[in-house]
Amino acid sequence: MTIATEGQGWVATPARRGFFRTEQRQGLALMSPTFLFALVMLAAPIMVVIAHSFWTQNYLTIDRSFTLENYRIALTEPIYRDLLMRSLALSMSVAFLTVILAYPVAYYISFHGGRYKSLILFLITIPAWTSYLLRVMSWKVILGYKGVLNTALLGTGIIDEPSTAFLYNTNAVLITLTHAWAVFAILPIYVSLEKVDRTLVEAATDLGDGPIRRFLRVTLPLTIPGIVAALIIVMIPTVGDYVTPRLVGGKDGVMIASAIEVQFKKGANWPLGAALSVTTMIVITIVAISSVGLLRWAAGRIR
Amino acid sequence: MPDRPMIEIASVTKTYGRFNALDDASLAIRPGEFFSLLGPSGCGKTTLLRMIGGFDTPTRGTIAIDGQPMLGIPANRRPTNMVFQSYAIFPHLDVEQNVAYGLKRLKLDRAEERRRVEEALAQVSLKGLGRRGATELSGGQRQRVALARALVMRPKVLLLDEPLSALDKKLREQMQVELRSLQKAVGITFVLVTHDQYEALAMSDRIAVMFDGKIAQVAAPKDIYQRPVNRQVADFLGGMNFIHGNLVGENGTAIEVETKGFGRVATQRPAHWAVKGGAVTIGIRPERLRVLWDQETARHELAGTVVDRHYFGEITHLVIEIPGMDKPLSVTETNDFGADDIPVGAPIRIAYEPDALVAMAD
Repeated sequence: MTIATEGQGWVATPARRGFFRTEQRQGLALMSPTFLFALVMLAAPIMVVIAHSFWTQNYLTIDRSFTLENYRIALTEPIYRDLLMRSLALSMSVAFLTVILAYPVAYYISFHGGRYKSLILFLITIPAWTSYLLRVMSWKVILGYKGVLNTALLGTGIIDEPSTAFLYNTNAVLITLTHAWAVFAILPIYVSLEKVDRTLVEAATDLGDGPIRRFLRVTLPLTIPGIVAALIIVMIPTVGDYVTPRLVGGKDGVMIASAIEVQFKKGANWPLGAALSVTTMIVITIVAISSVGLLRWAAGRIR
Repeated sequence: MPDRPMIEIASVTKTYGRFNALDDASLAIRPGEFFSLLGPSGCGKTTLLRMIGGFDTPTRGTIAIDGQPMLGIPANRRPTNMVFQSYAIFPHLDVEQNVAYGLKRLKLDRAEERRRVEEALAQVSLKGLGRRGATELSGGQRQRVALARALVMRPKVLLLDEPLSALDKKLREQMQVELRSLQKAVGITFVLVTHDQYEALAMSDRIAVMFDGKIAQVAAPKDIYQRPVNRQVADFLGGMNFIHGNLVGENGTAIEVETKGFGRVATQRPAHWAVKGGAVTIGIRPERLRVLWDQETARHELAGTVVDRHYFGEITHLVIEIPGMDKPLSVTETNDFGADDIPVGAPIRIAYEPDALVAMAD
């Protein structure tokens, strides 16, 4: 790229010459340190993983001849397919549940928070100050056999003996993850709600809509970007989460990430682990994009 | 007009904390009228409009539309529609969907809905732009969409909150004419909020001038311009020369005032005005004073000196000092006879008609 080919309408001020003449290039310059960092620390490892997924483990050495065998195993072995499906179902449930629970909170702060908006937002972030592990452990305390929930239910006489239904199953993972990611869903939804011009809501009222109709026809469609962001932010990391399933999920809670971990550690089959990682990555991308598309389509139908 | 008012506002007060946004306002707006609420920002005109539309509730007092009391009736169930200052065009919908927005709830059949949307778009000269996205419109077009979206609902009252303030001068003037003829064509009662006195004068059947939450005067544009009840109204509606005088005689509503410069002036007592002592303010608009050229004479004339001159294209403002008067007079003269060439310092004679002099409260 040479400066001489620069033929656009930007007028260079004498003080800013050379490469930084255009706003676009200034932008590039500003983000390049971060970009380079991301490239080295993110893209490079991914490339290594992708490369491994086409190789073969040969006891202690790695055979670097190209093969698709790992992908065949990843896609056809029932155990991996089931684990992947379960992980996807779980992360989608977590994402939708989190968004459904986060939306009213964000709505309340944005529309009725008044001058306490910043305070409420600040309070919402407080749980995130403690270690994630501590928060998961707290859920064990709440959901456990002699935990808070069981004690309370026993005390009120709703159940006769402690229930084992709360902890060490998929529901426990769902509850824990939904709680852990709530803040990350509330914030983007809140931002998109803040951007909704209140006059538009008044205009909808003026044209005859009651509270529910104007929410469905104006506020909700205009906050789709926030909902999409929240869904993606929650869905993508939860697919690969293996700490939570391991701590509160019991044997039902085993997810694809646990299987990947096994391949890299005990199983000592890095190429298979890599292939499983790449498969998960591709599948989650497809699922995320199609959920987003579905959501937009649904929002378009409301009109 | 003998029939009952379209909008009846009775002793409406709106307080925010200890601040009176609107103070005991009463008003009757007639059916089919183009009515303007005129005043500086913060005078309570928008508050009043929003209360008619149902977006604010009066602290005290009642509002009735077409005989129906509006207490407790939310905005979505009132026979009013609003054109918002920011237009509030739904950004996720195209022009047609914006206009049809309110119709959807009426569950009309598709052909009828289409016909009404087309009709509304034609009324505001937007035919053929139906599929245009809301974000691809110019300011003027957005304004028209907002108008069509409200008109398509066939409201009893159309509320307009400074609808032209975001447009440039030329487009604003064009829209004034269009709005006026549209209102005549559809026959709906229009209530317009504006801070632009020319806009109010050009478009309205009647104007209510408001200051500090109070309605100062309600009258037709010509009456309000020519016979303002007080100095504040006179000042807000354009230039005015104020002359101090003393009351020397009164007979019913007719009064006689002794002034410096204009001598003894016979005029009418302004409405809601109690004479305090003998001091009376007399006003005359600058364009009601006329420059006398060469040998020209008039029955009522004053002689003085030009002390300042401001050129405005088609007109010139002359500031003329008259011996014996406290303050110089402002005179507006069209430039067709060369008022823009009168040098500062030149002696000058000006003429006036006695009926242009009005008495007003302070």
